[in-house]
Amino acid sequence: MESKDYLKDISEIKDLMNKSSRFISLSGLSGILAGIYALIGAAIAYWLVMNYSYGVLTLDGQVFRLCLLTLFLVAFFSVTTGIFLTTRKAKKHDAKIWDATSKRLVLNFLIPLIAGGAYILIILSQGKYGQSGGLMLIFYGLALVNASKYSIGDIRYLGYIQIILGLIGAWKPGYGFWLWVIGFGIMHIVYGTWMHFKYDTKQ
Amino acid sequence: MTKMSIITNINKAFDHRIRLGIMSILMVNEYADFNMLKELIGATDGNLASHTKALENADYIKVEKQFIGRKPNTRYSTTKVGRAAFKKHIEALEKLINKK
Repeated sequence: MESKDYLKDISEIKDLMNKSSRFISLSGLSGILAGIYALIGAAIAYWLVMNYSYGVLTLDGQVFRLCLLTLFLVAFFSVTTGIFLTTRKAKKHDAKIWDATSKRLVLNFLIPLIAGGAYILIILSQGKYGQSGGLMLIFYGLALVNASKYSIGDIRYLGYIQIILGLIGAWKPGYGFWLWVIGFGIMHIVYGTWMHFKYDTKQ
Repeated sequence: MTKMSIITNINKAFDHRIRLGIMSILMVNEYADFNMLKELIGATDGNLASHTKALENADYIKVEKQFIGRKPNTRYSTTKVGRAAFKKHIEALEKLINKK
């Protein structure tokens, strides 16, 4: 008899933990998809540069603008997918999407990200683009670490990895593109798959 | 004998649905305010207040009172002791379930 009560306790604990920081369970699938978008985007950019720009990227060229456009599209689709999956999951769990927790999470995620984005745009306009791959990774990593305080701790580790990759990118700017592919593409897929099996499938 | 040792790990301070709820939420959030707890747990003001008080007295949660604009706001967060105690409690619960 008693053990039934304890079982109920445990399931209630799990339910409350999920409801109150629900971002954990959606990160699985949206992480995988964000990684795939990043890989597609990187492939497009690589193809553009190799075929139309003889392997060199100049700041004022058409190819560069197309690469930037690709980058924005990757970001846009990743965010849209994230929001879509969050909404769907929240509805399924009968939870509010926009409450104090999610507001804090989004705000703390955006502060380093917007600061970094602005910084990268400024140095791009000054013609220094060699570091942008690494900088994107570093600021994105910092955003993840910052946001992880408001979700379950796992995205912190993804953040650390992005920061390390970003620092390697700053050290060896020539590998910036490939580090970007590893960080935004492969790491998202690895992380997403891991989260998916850790949280989503268990419920 | 084994049963005894399991039971000693069951923490009386958490042996209530609302207290479990408060701790569960605070374990995964840096802090939560009174209304958030109320909404998620579905308890009345008085009921929730007495259970937060009990956990506060046991030093398992920290309470911060502040004002947002003119509205008073009470924020709760776990203490180190509270986190450790709650983890132990959950482990004990899981062991109990698996035993049977």
